[in-house]
Amino acid sequence: MASIISVAHLSKTYGSGFKALDNINLEIQRGEIFALLGPNGAGKTTLISIICGIANPTQGKITVGGHDIIHSYRAARSLIGLVPQELHTDAFESVWATVSFSRGLFGKPKNPAHIERVLKDLSLWDKKDAKIVTLSGGMKRRVMIAKALSHEPQVLFLDEPTAGVDVELRKGMWEVVRRLQASGVTIILTTHYIDEAEEMADRIGVINKGEIILVEDKASLMQKLGKKQLRLQLQSSIEAIPPALSPYKLELSDDGSELIYSYDTKGERTGITSLLGDLRAAGIKFSDLETTQTSLEDIFVSLVRTP
Amino acid sequence: MNIRAIQAIYLFEMARTWRTLLQSIVSPVVSTSLYFVVFGSAIGSRITQVEGVSYGTFIVPGLVMLSVLTQSIANASFGIYFPKFVGTIYELLSAPISYYEIVLGYVGAAATKSIILGLIILATAGLFVPLHIHHPFWMLAFLVLTAVTFSLFGFIIGIWADGFEKLQMIPMLVVTPLTFLGGSFYSVNMLPPTWRTISLLNPVVYLISGFRWSFYEISDVSVGLSVGMTLAFLAICMVAVWWIFKTGYRLKN
Repeated sequence: MASIISVAHLSKTYGSGFKALDNINLEIQRGEIFALLGPNGAGKTTLISIICGIANPTQGKITVGGHDIIHSYRAARSLIGLVPQELHTDAFESVWATVSFSRGLFGKPKNPAHIERVLKDLSLWDKKDAKIVTLSGGMKRRVMIAKALSHEPQVLFLDEPTAGVDVELRKGMWEVVRRLQASGVTIILTTHYIDEAEEMADRIGVINKGEIILVEDKASLMQKLGKKQLRLQLQSSIEAIPPALSPYKLELSDDGSELIYSYDTKGERTGITSLLGDLRAAGIKFSDLETTQTSLEDIFVSLVRTP
Repeated sequence: MNIRAIQAIYLFEMARTWRTLLQSIVSPVVSTSLYFVVFGSAIGSRITQVEGVSYGTFIVPGLVMLSVLTQSIANASFGIYFPKFVGTIYELLSAPISYYEIVLGYVGAAATKSIILGLIILATAGLFVPLHIHHPFWMLAFLVLTAVTFSLFGFIIGIWADGFEKLQMIPMLVVTPLTFLGGSFYSVNMLPPTWRTISLLNPVVYLISGFRWSFYEISDVSVGLSVGMTLAFLAICMVAVWWIFKTGYRLKN
């Protein structure tokens, strides 16, 4: 796959001297959903703002669809739809007017059929003549998505699309994003909800303190860093782990009722079979067992945790 | 050039005018009518002719200019300040449009509004006093030039302002005094020589003088100078806007 966005050696230092981005290099592949994860103030929004033309880069080069964002800004920006984090809307405009305005602003000829399709896709059609001020927060968020989609972008930036949105709506939003991807749109989303990245993304980038610290396929990231744990609930508590079981590096819960075995899913042998055999030999009986897998959240926390 | 974007901004701004018709058109017309009642009829009936025309007639060009100036600034400054204030500016900055096109859209709409308003006030004045326009072409030229220049000035104020207070400050503290002291209600030739000289530092004097000349062929300063000063102010505003967009002042960080 060819990359649709290419960021090379991008740095951004604000007037105050604060370095928001430090030598960012990033390639976004055409047609993928890329999730950018990072704690507050990591530089996610700054990165998006620079790509979209809202903030100036201090250093570096960015191309969108092969067009330099500074020298060929018209060509580059025409390809981009942006849904910012904050709900910025013209309160007294109707939904229809504000979405049509966005299309005009991006230089596209009028196309009521397209606007109608976008509004219907986002379940906003029955609100098309309503003033934005009368809409709920979730609807306003969808109006902003509709504005970004009004000019048929090839790349869509969603900056925290589901912040402050209830569970039901989040699911709906995910549906919309999947449909967009199916129609060929490349999607870059930032999020605080790690399950969202886990659910949606093809690839994940982690940004912290203005630096990209990791970019990986979601599946391989999960596999690479993914540890599994086997927890065994014992029939009767034990005080110490029998020495015969020491090669397994087991952990005993504080009350002595649970044994925890960590193993690597990538390893050729997990060692579970021999562990169970050895437990039996040691005379330890268990009443129940469960396995748990490290979530992306655990991975993320371990990456950005400052020692 | 992204004509559709200019059109979108222009129509969007004009739509705001129709939506706020009362505030945009009706209130300036009412306040100007009050000036005619007070100055033209009540006080003006006690004043003899000024430079060969009745006082009520004499103040018409000045009153039109007063409204055009203040409304141009108000329309354009609010037009660009509001997206900054509510945050919708992000869309303008991320759209494939040049700064030049943004200015054309906003300033074009603000100037259109104040020109329409100026003509409405002129028509209203016609109901109170007899009007005769000697040079209709020049009258329109001065009207358009002033509307564009001060819309551009308003646009600059709208970008500079980072609060509603600042948005009001320049119009209230600078423009209104300059307009009142610029000969809206009198000829600067009526002033003592010292004050007359000081008045000539006021750019508004040239606007009103030139505009009044297009009506009655009477002027405080030569018409060429009026046109020249207006163009000079227009040029200064254009350079300021060019600099704002070049540096991203108060728009980009």
